[in-house]
Amino acid sequence: MNIVVLDYGVGNLFSIKCALERLGAIVHITPHLSKKMDFNGIILPGVGNFTHAAKHLTQNIEDIMNAVNKGLPTLGICLGMQLLFENSEEGYEDGLKLLSGKVLKLPKNLKTPHIGWNRIKIKKPHKIVEGVADNSWVYFIHSYYPKPNKSDICVAEVEYGITFPAIVAERNIFGTQFHPEKSGDVGNRILKNFLEFCKR
Amino acid sequence: MSLAKRIIPCLDVDHGRVLKGTHFRDMRDIGNPVELAKKYRDDGADELVFLDITASIEKRKTLIEMVRNVASNLDIPFTVGGGIRSVEDVKMILSNGADKISINTAAVENPLLIKELVSRFGQQCVVVAIDGKRKVKENGEIWFEVYTYGGTKPTGLNAIEWAKRCEALGAGELLITSIDKDGTKSGYDLDLTRMIAEAVNIPIIASGGCGEPKHILDVLTIGKADAALAASIFHYDEYPIPLVKRYLKENGVNVRL
Repeated sequence: MNIVVLDYGVGNLFSIKCALERLGAIVHITPHLSKKMDFNGIILPGVGNFTHAAKHLTQNIEDIMNAVNKGLPTLGICLGMQLLFENSEEGYEDGLKLLSGKVLKLPKNLKTPHIGWNRIKIKKPHKIVEGVADNSWVYFIHSYYPKPNKSDICVAEVEYGITFPAIVAERNIFGTQFHPEKSGDVGNRILKNFLEFCKR
Repeated sequence: MSLAKRIIPCLDVDHGRVLKGTHFRDMRDIGNPVELAKKYRDDGADELVFLDITASIEKRKTLIEMVRNVASNLDIPFTVGGGIRSVEDVKMILSNGADKISINTAAVENPLLIKELVSRFGQQCVVVAIDGKRKVKENGEIWFEVYTYGGTKPTGLNAIEWAKRCEALGAGELLITSIDKDGTKSGYDLDLTRMIAEAVNIPIIASGGCGEPKHILDVLTIGKADAALAASIFHYDEYPIPLVKRYLKENGVNVRL
């Protein structure tokens, strides 16, 4: 199975690559999707900042939109999840607008970034959380959080002073605010579940 | 608040090998960073810190190889620190799989490096390490002075003020080490961590002086730290991580178990 990890030009993509390879995927890290490529799923990784990454993605937007609209499973991780929404308080660039809603800064009274292991509360059954127990620990590191317009895309939520989505899913589009590649066995299970979607 | 307090073992690395203090009975190769990292991961470590103390020209090469090997095998976050001086150093370490880097001397000498790293790589991966030493003013008031070059060079900087400056420059986290307590096993410097934790609104990792689980409990409660870093108590299997975490939980601290 071939998975594309989109490279916005900065940071650690090696960890997500290794995590997917340990699960048997063949991983291609690339700055641009090409029509010639044959792949089963897309990952928008979770490193960098919103403006920079959004700028990068807009150069490439048609190919991404085509792939996603064809039904290709797409997983956004942390910043990658935030990029799926319309816009963010982190930057003035638009997001991909694949999901309806925006990204907000965590309230000032909270220690920011939200760093460390926190528990997710599963809101509805979904294949992306198959085998994941309610209240599982996963690893977060972020200063902004998603606020979807439709609450039913929230598969799991987390509480850090406020409550916000930890996992969202709509059609073939998935997002995690935490880092599954850094969340031990629970994270591996979620990545495995994503790869199951890619197999179809 | 459901965010867990973090327990972070620290490993000293020289030429890509883990140094001293790592005497687990059932390990084949006690100097191997990958094996140690996996053992700590299985024990329930929340993150790991690798501190590179290699003092030679092949430094960067051995470190990068180690980072890559650890990242290939580890599914929890890890930070790399020790002698990081430039944007280029950071880029190499992050692109080979580290999640965060910590800078110390280079940040004091060039505070704008913090800002530059944050804008290039994101706030989440920039940890500033502050080594503080307890001083007493003539009027009897205590303060903490920042030292650089592995705790050998006084800078005249007040640790609390420096911590605030680091926050303003965009640091994502602070790793606070008490020079007085480091290696003593007599407990963390609770004043140092508490004063900094109260002065800034970013997470604080406390370091230096841990000798028993009670010390970790104290620094996470009285010392107001978000995470506790320790080396020897874990390395010798004196107090395995699960035991420490159960003790913390029994005493009301939210930990990942």
